[in-house]
Amino acid sequence: MTAADLKAQFPEVTERPSLDHPAVNVPAAGVPALLRHLRDAAGFDFLADVTAVDWSQGVSPRFTVVYHLYSTERHDYLRVAADCPDDAAPAVPTITDLWAGANWHEREAYDMFGIGFAGHPDLRRILMWEGYPYFPLRKEFPLAGIDAELPDPDVVAETGAKARPAPMAGGPFVASSGEVNLAEAEPRAKDESWNERRPKPEGTD
Amino acid sequence: MPAEYAYPDAGAKNAAGEFETEKMSLSMGPSHPSTHGVLRLQMELDGEVVTKADPVIGYLHRGDEKIAENMTYNQFVPYTDRLDYLAPLANNMAYAIAVERLAKLEVPARCQAIRVITAELARISAHLMGLGAYGIDVGAWTVFLYSFTEREKLYRLFEELTGARFTTSYTRIGGLQRDVPPGWIEKVGGFCEQFLPLLEEMLQLLTRNKIFLDRSVGIGVITKEDALAYGLTGPNLRGSGVPFDLRKDKPYSGYEQYDFDVAVGTKGDCYDRYLVRAEEMRQSVRILQQAIAKFPDGPWHATDARKIFAPPKDKILTSMEELIQNFMLVTEGPQMPAGEVYFEAENPKGTLGFYIVSKGGGVPWRLKIRSPSFCNLSILPKVCVGNMVSDVVSILGSLDFVMGECDR
Repeated sequence: MTAADLKAQFPEVTERPSLDHPAVNVPAAGVPALLRHLRDAAGFDFLADVTAVDWSQGVSPRFTVVYHLYSTERHDYLRVAADCPDDAAPAVPTITDLWAGANWHEREAYDMFGIGFAGHPDLRRILMWEGYPYFPLRKEFPLAGIDAELPDPDVVAETGAKARPAPMAGGPFVASSGEVNLAEAEPRAKDESWNERRPKPEGTD
Repeated sequence: MPAEYAYPDAGAKNAAGEFETEKMSLSMGPSHPSTHGVLRLQMELDGEVVTKADPVIGYLHRGDEKIAENMTYNQFVPYTDRLDYLAPLANNMAYAIAVERLAKLEVPARCQAIRVITAELARISAHLMGLGAYGIDVGAWTVFLYSFTEREKLYRLFEELTGARFTTSYTRIGGLQRDVPPGWIEKVGGFCEQFLPLLEEMLQLLTRNKIFLDRSVGIGVITKEDALAYGLTGPNLRGSGVPFDLRKDKPYSGYEQYDFDVAVGTKGDCYDRYLVRAEEMRQSVRILQQAIAKFPDGPWHATDARKIFAPPKDKILTSMEELIQNFMLVTEGPQMPAGEVYFEAENPKGTLGFYIVSKGGGVPWRLKIRSPSFCNLSILPKVCVGNMVSDVVSILGSLDFVMGECDR
């Protein structure tokens, strides 16, 4: 199954570079129709995974939603990727009516990236708590984390607990993708303004 | 009775002439013994029957995927131990193969055989834990004591091989941490030999046990269609009658050389899932015995991958070339091409998948972990409804999930 096989019925589908399984790109609006066709007519009956990739701030399209389908008959995979058209409010249509299992995968992608899945029956956070203000897998979210209020006001009033960022910018092993020289890629690990031995300065975030 | 204690609608009947009862909401977990970790089930009950179940997960969320984006490929191996922490060796292997697919690197036969042996030992260890814990959930304590005795033997083998009992971190990209120590393979053979009769003894405690049958037969039935729609994998899917096993369907690490059967259930109830796990342990022993019988010689790591696998330690300490090579590997990570791969391995809990997006260099741009426990738990809202609270305990035990992997 390649983009060429789908060309007749889905002219907007294009080939996607891949190192292993066949992969296609499809516009976000065409996802449900394509996946329905793949499930019903092409034998891809198993939804292995739904996830998203953040190509970082300033890149457009910024978010891509990636589906991995598997055929339990032929034993092969297909990757379907859809770029989210709007970088500020990324969204794709839901596929929960095709596979019930997509429900939690889409909730996770929403929780981690803030991608809306239009038509999802229950789009709540799943790993973080309801009301958490950030999307942790976005590239601008720092590894160490950001100060945030905990969900239960009673617990907070009693203990004064907060979600606090980790010391040393989340290090000591901190590297980032695509940098040639990791000595330059690791400046965050050298941040010793506060660590286990030295307390966090007052009034800093 | 003082008026403030009186139940407001006590005795009131609705239009149909039935007593009005109030639904009760019950939060089970996150530290309930039968939720095997930190799963919380927010349930709505009508008497003792569950009318709604909403799993609340994330209590063990550590942001493994975020962490992976900020370290080199080999540095992430210890984090894979902490996914399904009942089978770290299997996670290590799945992750290493995923990254090797990215590098288009094939490891030698001996390395593949060692990985298969460790993964199957991990499967036995994980299923023993699942079996023992399930026994406790439904009121059979003895099985747990037997299965933990056997797991202890496995942990000794793991310790001798990797230096750690629990968090093994045994694989490296392109190979392993070290070769098997002398005599270890024979010890695995010895374990298999003594394990088979003990396994049968252990299973006899449950398989025809009246109490166990009452608690598991016909409980928590998952149909084939539901299992596929919710993305269940592993023994939970096979228990529903789908012969889905990646070791057979898409063999990796040389699984095609081994002769084994895929255990499949018929009804998809808790008892079927138990039987599938039991049979998988027997099949794992079969695989182990074959792997031991034709255990290959030769190198135990990729020898043609200078930018991926570290040179031998004695060379690093004596030769300039190898020292530089090792230094580059440690500081910059194993060098990968740009591109994306998705690899799934048949782990004890189901298929563990890694989707890696690389922009080149030693650090992944995005690493997504497709965790089997996450998908297996997503069916809970459907399968719990209509059951008694005590059956929910049995269903949770039979699904055999690990929260470390579910929450990542």
